[in-house]
Amino acid sequence: MAGNTGAPLVDLRDIHISFGGIKAVDGVSLDLYPGEVVGLLGHNGAGKSTLIKCLSGAYQADSGEIYIDGQKADIQNPRDARAYNIETIYQTLALADNLDAAANLFLGRELTTALGFVDDARMEAETRKIMARLNPNFKKLKEPVSALSGGQRQSVAIARAVYFNARILIMDEPTAALGPQETQMVAELIQELKRQGLGIFLIDHDVHAVKQLCDRAAVMKNGQLIGVVKVDEVTEDDILAMIILGKKPEHLAA
Amino acid sequence: MTDVSHSGTGKTRRSVMQTLEIDTRLLGMIGAFVAIALAFQIWTGVRASAGGGFDPIGWLTNGRFLIPQNTYNIAVQTVSIAIMATGMVFIIVTRHIDLSVGSLLALCSAVMAMVQTQIMPHYLGLGLEHPLNAPVAVLAGIATGVLIGGFQGWLVGYQGIPSFIVTLGGLLIWSRVAYFVVGGQTIGPLDSTFLMLGGTNGTIGALASWVLGATGAAIAVWGIWAARRGKVGHGFAVKPVWAEVTLSAIAAAAILGFIALINATQIPPGRLTRIFAARGETVPEGYTEAFGLPISVILLLLVALAMTVIAVRTRFGRYIFATGGNPDAAALSGINTKLLTVKVFALMGGLCGLSAAVASARLSNHSLDLGQLDELRVIAAAVIGGTALAGGLGTIHGAILGALIMQALQSGMAMVGVDAPFQNIVVGVVLVLAVWIDIQYRKRSGVK
Repeated sequence: MAGNTGAPLVDLRDIHISFGGIKAVDGVSLDLYPGEVVGLLGHNGAGKSTLIKCLSGAYQADSGEIYIDGQKADIQNPRDARAYNIETIYQTLALADNLDAAANLFLGRELTTALGFVDDARMEAETRKIMARLNPNFKKLKEPVSALSGGQRQSVAIARAVYFNARILIMDEPTAALGPQETQMVAELIQELKRQGLGIFLIDHDVHAVKQLCDRAAVMKNGQLIGVVKVDEVTEDDILAMIILGKKPEHLAA
Repeated sequence: MTDVSHSGTGKTRRSVMQTLEIDTRLLGMIGAFVAIALAFQIWTGVRASAGGGFDPIGWLTNGRFLIPQNTYNIAVQTVSIAIMATGMVFIIVTRHIDLSVGSLLALCSAVMAMVQTQIMPHYLGLGLEHPLNAPVAVLAGIATGVLIGGFQGWLVGYQGIPSFIVTLGGLLIWSRVAYFVVGGQTIGPLDSTFLMLGGTNGTIGALASWVLGATGAAIAVWGIWAARRGKVGHGFAVKPVWAEVTLSAIAAAAILGFIALINATQIPPGRLTRIFAARGETVPEGYTEAFGLPISVILLLLVALAMTVIAVRTRFGRYIFATGGNPDAAALSGINTKLLTVKVFALMGGLCGLSAAVASARLSNHSLDLGQLDELRVIAAAVIGGTALAGGLGTIHGAILGALIMQALQSGMAMVGVDAPFQNIVVGVVLVLAVWIDIQYRKRSGVK
């Protein structure tokens, strides 16, 4: 891999998270380099989302450390994560349905006037600009996002990540709610962001998509990391075997 | 159906209402209010011209409901519920409920009553009618509301107890605490400066009312045009000029019309005599004087303005609506939804305090049943005004209009002699009906 020299963009070291005695994440270490897409695979409840949420600030790890650009990072909440230019696109499309696209794009980081009031006009203008780039068909700027299609909603979520110059992007099943065409749009966008040097964690159930989009795949089961493989060196069946059996295939284990 | 412009053909014919961008839901509420007013006007008119045969014009003109004195009373009586309803909008928008507002109002009122009749005059030795009594009492009452509201908000936000339970407990607790604070007695008479908050005891006179109304109208018109300039500056589409002119005219006419209605209410002769007698004068022959705007109504207008600005122009308001729309999304966007809950409940508590000042000043004493069942009226006002219990939707002006509709209904029914139990039945039916109509409207118009 080209970018694997120097310090990793993200380095998760020995992360432990448990909920009431259940070890949701049990000693997982994983890194991510600039311009790289790392797929996270595993059954439901394997701990993928939980692991990634301690990077996005939604949860705090019980123990373990997070290094960003080789520096120890302290992420207590989503606001801290944003300060490290970590953006997350959630499976559930974390949008407030009753607000319009601009309000959602800037949620938590509103542009304000000199008097401290929210500047809706400027936010709308900025939203128009970025949407013209990402999804030129996007016209419903004034309506609540509940009136938008799945793909349009997803583009609002992605626009949020792009607008605020994310360096680390976490995508939690970004195509789960989308049709084939919209899925293709997201795939192209991932390639584009990768070229721009972002590091991307992609959580997905679709082994085929992971093989296409990712550089490396990390497989988790029961909270533990089974292994990290370069997708070029394995077959889809190898990855499936890791997910189901919970161990690295013999020919890779060495 | 408004979402036709999807493909951007742009040739869709737009109706006058769409061009004006008037909220049809608001228009519906105003329509309902006007219908109620006219119904009572005709009802009382039929009574007045009994035996006069079929004479609709006579009924309308002889009606007693729309005479200035009555509309003035309705305005004054609406203030207390309306102030609290604006806070209830934020509570319900964030998917909570506050059942304790009436009870909390009683406690705030009890604190204010004790501060101005006991603590300030006796313990601090300032004596009754000291100029500091009223302001300190009001501040103490509002502080009580903010503290208790904030505490309830902390229980809801940080401890995760459902707001229904926390405030149901509050409903039982605070009015009883109020009972002990005043020692189970009615406290009165209250400070005369304090009484100015109640309505007709504190009015600013006709001239000042006109000045205030003209200023308000000027600001409203300026606001409409400033918004237009802002949109042009960003290159957005704007309404045609005729639409802006029409809106400006409607806004100015509404404000000045309201002032005219208020100023049409004369101070009764007996009271005028007392006022002049107090100054050692006698009332000149044929002299009349208007009350002008009551301070309590001005207070409500200021609260409405401030709460609207909070709702649509501040981050706090934006986060309230975002949290109501999708609490998880709000939290993941870095919004501290727990602290937000505390703030929203504290704000509600503060408004209960303010409302308590108005309510007890209007009655000129603190009575033990003050605020009883107010929580239901406040919630009903917010809901009739279009606040959705599912969260994320609601407006301040809607809630105030909701309070006005309820007050108009009650006042009208009392006027035509509807029995008290039947009044409650009607209000209950109206509440359910209003929500049903709202749901139908949203289904039809495709608005969620």
